[in-house]
Amino acid sequence: MTPDKIRDEVLDILRDIAPDDDITDIDDEKSFRDQIELDSMDFLDIVMELRKRHRVQIPEEDYPQLASMASTVAYLEPLMKDM
Amino acid sequence: MYDTIIIGAGMSGLAAGIRLAHFGQKVCILERHYTIGGLNSFYRLDGRDYDVGLHAVTNYAEKGDRRGPLGRLLRQLRFKWEEFSLSPQLGSRIAFPDTSLAFDNDLELLKSEIRDKFPGQEDAFDNLLSQILDYDDINDDNYPGSARGIVAATISDPLLIEMLFCPLMWYGNAREHDMDWGQFCIMFRSIYMEGFARPFKGVRLLLKNLIRKYRKLGGELRLRSGVQKIKIEDGRTVGVVLDDGEELEARKVVSSAGYFETMRMCEDCQSEKPSEPGRLSFVESISVIDKQPKDVGYPSTIVFFNDTNKFHWEKPEDQLCDIRTGVICSPNNFAYPAGEQLDEGFIRMTALANFDRWINLSESEYEREKIIWNDRLIESAARFIPDFRRHVKATDMFTPKTIQRFTWHTNGAIYGAPDKRLDGSTHLPNLFICGTDQGFVGIIGAIMSGVSIANRYLLRDDEE
Repeated sequence: MTPDKIRDEVLDILRDIAPDDDITDIDDEKSFRDQIELDSMDFLDIVMELRKRHRVQIPEEDYPQLASMASTVAYLEPLMKDM
Repeated sequence: MYDTIIIGAGMSGLAAGIRLAHFGQKVCILERHYTIGGLNSFYRLDGRDYDVGLHAVTNYAEKGDRRGPLGRLLRQLRFKWEEFSLSPQLGSRIAFPDTSLAFDNDLELLKSEIRDKFPGQEDAFDNLLSQILDYDDINDDNYPGSARGIVAATISDPLLIEMLFCPLMWYGNAREHDMDWGQFCIMFRSIYMEGFARPFKGVRLLLKNLIRKYRKLGGELRLRSGVQKIKIEDGRTVGVVLDDGEELEARKVVSSAGYFETMRMCEDCQSEKPSEPGRLSFVESISVIDKQPKDVGYPSTIVFFNDTNKFHWEKPEDQLCDIRTGVICSPNNFAYPAGEQLDEGFIRMTALANFDRWINLSESEYEREKIIWNDRLIESAARFIPDFRRHVKATDMFTPKTIQRFTWHTNGAIYGAPDKRLDGSTHLPNLFICGTDQGFVGIIGAIMSGVSIANRYLLRDDEE
């Protein structure tokens, strides 16, 4: 997957987790938490959706890397490039 | 072999089932009754729809408000706000003999009522609010402790204390006389700070949405499938035996049947220190009236009444019911969209009841006592609201016997056991408790309970 495709996938997950939120103009450099109200349960759901949809296992110590869209895509790129 | 078997198709079991099915588990919900809902259900009688269980959904939040429990569970279950279509209350009241406190879903009303009726207590009330806001419901450490003790150390007027406790105990306290501090804080927020709401179509709308989603995700539901035994091998559960003898295997089992009730199902139940079942049960009278409740002088959503200045929250020992205190609710009195209104007027009333006395009545005594206590309860309530009895065209009444028949809760105890299993764990590493006895009450609480147990234990690969 290209970084653009990965970004679309993450957007799709966010849309699924927070269907009432408008995430079309999300700022990739800012943290998710500053833009949409995600609590720790929601955050875990991003991880679980990635596992469910793409079989990507993310160890707990890497969670901080999923803070913003840019850092998430950068983190996922090597894991998802062959998908 | 199932990944998870869930005992009970109430709100908590369905919510847990949705989470598990969503993340690909093979899951089966077993329900002894022929319909779903558990403590919150519905039925049809003589062409009318009736709701049983809670009068209202607590923890109301407007669309777009994501912070509270409602927003959180909508996201966890992937529902849109509209799918619960909650309409807020019109206004409620705590009615004691000489004083009444109005409240609604905006805390400012209650604050101004306290300023007017208990001058000098407003700072103490603010102080109490900040203690409640400081309570962390994710971390259970501060859950135990006497709420009466903490409130009495903050608020000096004994009548105000009794009045504040009355709705909170009524809507979910399994313990007699006092509440756990954590339970008090959770109930206080859900009732006074977030507030009441109801879908126009009642609890059936919520249940139908839950079950539809669960089925769409591939979840299996088996009605008329009570569990007689939880099978145990080498200190782990390996599945269940149904009432008809059929055996089902599972890697994990979660039970919403109540802690005491679940322990009784375990093959090794003797090894577990027996816990105390709950003692508090209720009667509820439902009156169908020939006008809208507001047109017979009842414009409130819910009225919590108590006929002296001291509120008694205890099992009535000497009588079938205790009608000194009660709850009156009309499902008509919510702000439904576009002024929609139920065709008929409904007024529901609840009072404390003695399970043993009700269960020991003969068939004919039982029918007679239902009529007698229905009338006594309305008469008692008529000291606080207009007497509507001449407008009644149909009534129904449930008793502790009804509750036990449909929920299998020991003692007909709606709110379960006084000692909660907050972390949902049991003596077995792969058997868990969710629902009322995990310490969550109300519709939103029950759903959160199912979600949180699913997240904490059932969705983890690295179990125990």
